[in-house]
Amino acid sequence: MNAFINHFNFQFRVGIRDKQAFMLNYLFPLGFFFMMAFIMVDINPDFLETLIPVMVTFAIIASTLLGIPDPLVKAREDGIYRTYKINGVPALSILIIPALTAMLHLLIVCTIITVTSISLFDAPVPVDWFGFVFTFMAIAAASTGISVLVGVISPSTRMTVLWSQVIFLPSMLLGGLMIPNSLLPEAAGKIAQVLPSTHAMNAFNALGMGSSADFNPWGSVVILVLGGLLAFGLAVYLFSWDSRNAERRGSPLLGLLALLPFLVGIFLS
Amino acid sequence: MTESIIQVKDFRKTYGDFVAVDGISFDVKEGEIFGLLGPNGAGKTSTLESLEGLRDLNGGSMRVAGIDPTKEQPKLRNLIGVQLQSGGLPETFTPDEAMKFFCAYHDVAPRFDLLDRMGLEGKRKTQYHELSTGLQRRLALALAVAHQPKVLFLDEPTAGLDVPSRVELHEMMRELQAAGTTIILATHDMAEAEEMSDRVAIMLSGKLVTIGTPMEITAKGAGLTKVSVRTKNSSLSNSGANFPAVNQHTQKEDYDVYFSTDIGPTVSAIIAHVEAQNDTLIDLRVERPSLEDRFLEIATSGGTK
Repeated sequence: MNAFINHFNFQFRVGIRDKQAFMLNYLFPLGFFFMMAFIMVDINPDFLETLIPVMVTFAIIASTLLGIPDPLVKAREDGIYRTYKINGVPALSILIIPALTAMLHLLIVCTIITVTSISLFDAPVPVDWFGFVFTFMAIAAASTGISVLVGVISPSTRMTVLWSQVIFLPSMLLGGLMIPNSLLPEAAGKIAQVLPSTHAMNAFNALGMGSSADFNPWGSVVILVLGGLLAFGLAVYLFSWDSRNAERRGSPLLGLLALLPFLVGIFLS
Repeated sequence: MTESIIQVKDFRKTYGDFVAVDGISFDVKEGEIFGLLGPNGAGKTSTLESLEGLRDLNGGSMRVAGIDPTKEQPKLRNLIGVQLQSGGLPETFTPDEAMKFFCAYHDVAPRFDLLDRMGLEGKRKTQYHELSTGLQRRLALALAVAHQPKVLFLDEPTAGLDVPSRVELHEMMRELQAAGTTIILATHDMAEAEEMSDRVAIMLSGKLVTIGTPMEITAKGAGLTKVSVRTKNSSLSNSGANFPAVNQHTQKEDYDVYFSTDIGPTVSAIIAHVEAQNDTLIDLRVERPSLEDRFLEIATSGGTK
């Protein structure tokens, strides 16, 4: 337990001490938040209604998908996991600690976003804090799980960028952050239901902000939680200690199984 | 130094069709410094990494301190220490954090004194990527020995170190040996291997071509002993004298240099010749073939000599 706490402490400090990690954990989501709050609300006052769920979802997606996989791949390429293995650091700790510390950083950032949105920009206050926090935890779990899986199955840092963008860009464009799901063409809206951000926005709006849902919000929460757990489980199963030693328990393509809950999400109504 | 602490039997390691290690066997005795030598691609790293539990075997068996490294990793981790060749630590780790981190996983108290001993006393709060190569290697060694392992694996431990650091590291290796630690030393530095190792094994193309003390291995070679002689009146230089067992004679600066297959008769004859010429011996140096000479001989012959 002492070792786990030490490891957690160190990893948490890395998220602040490392320039790239600090940028992705704090500067990027908060900078984007302030830019959107100052500019977008001025251009489109209706944006204020969804400022909190949009920016919280954006912060989670951006920090995890852009911030978690790359350090995991780099650590494997640099032989850090070899050192860890020799010294008895469990694979589970190697994967779960970055996920937990990322969630802690997200909690801090999302608290800043929520409090600032309310106090500085007069954004609507969540009507159901339990639903809001529960949705936050669900999307944080889903996004960190997927990000850890991307870091595990990517053969190189170049591929990490590609895999991350395959999820991040559609999430930004179709995932309810820029255009509500209900305003998308029906086919596009259904396809968007495969994205974690679509389910996050659906659940945030319905369970936290008291707005109407595009489809079953608790179904979205279940899909997010199941997707996150499945992705994390697959990451543990497919974990490889060493980029020079390609032996692992299964093909990286097994990682695609993590999409299953989200594919089921297409059928939510 | 009688009990074997490492036993390797018919060890084989392949990567696809490529055979990296082809059925090697050797023992390492408790408390000895064992040098593992070989050119790049000889199979040293595969052997070391398998002993460290980092790779599975494709044949044969291994025991390290009575433990099967492929099947009993959790037991192995407190018995071995490994100083890896490069990197291996997060860039933002400070030496203090690294010591605390790994000692916690080994369930022992942090050995900050080792950091001071390794010359890191002013750098304990400096991030790993800001340390010089030498200090990074010293940190890696301090971390490798902090939990007092029974077997210590050193992979090119002095690469990138300056002379005082090398001397300090060698001194530390001797101290660890005196305290009962067995050291497996993989190095390209033949002088280091010859000076530090009780026994060495030379690998070539996945096979173990020779094993023994450095003296035994050099003695097996066809290498010639070099005898360099300098006299007051240079009576040897133009004498045309033939000395027994001498294969070759050259001159370098003020020295006459003879390459001998049998040092005793050669030196006796040279001294007798100098005295007979009423000359005076100023300097006489005898250089036996080094481990490096023998290693080159083995490597160039493909292991047949």
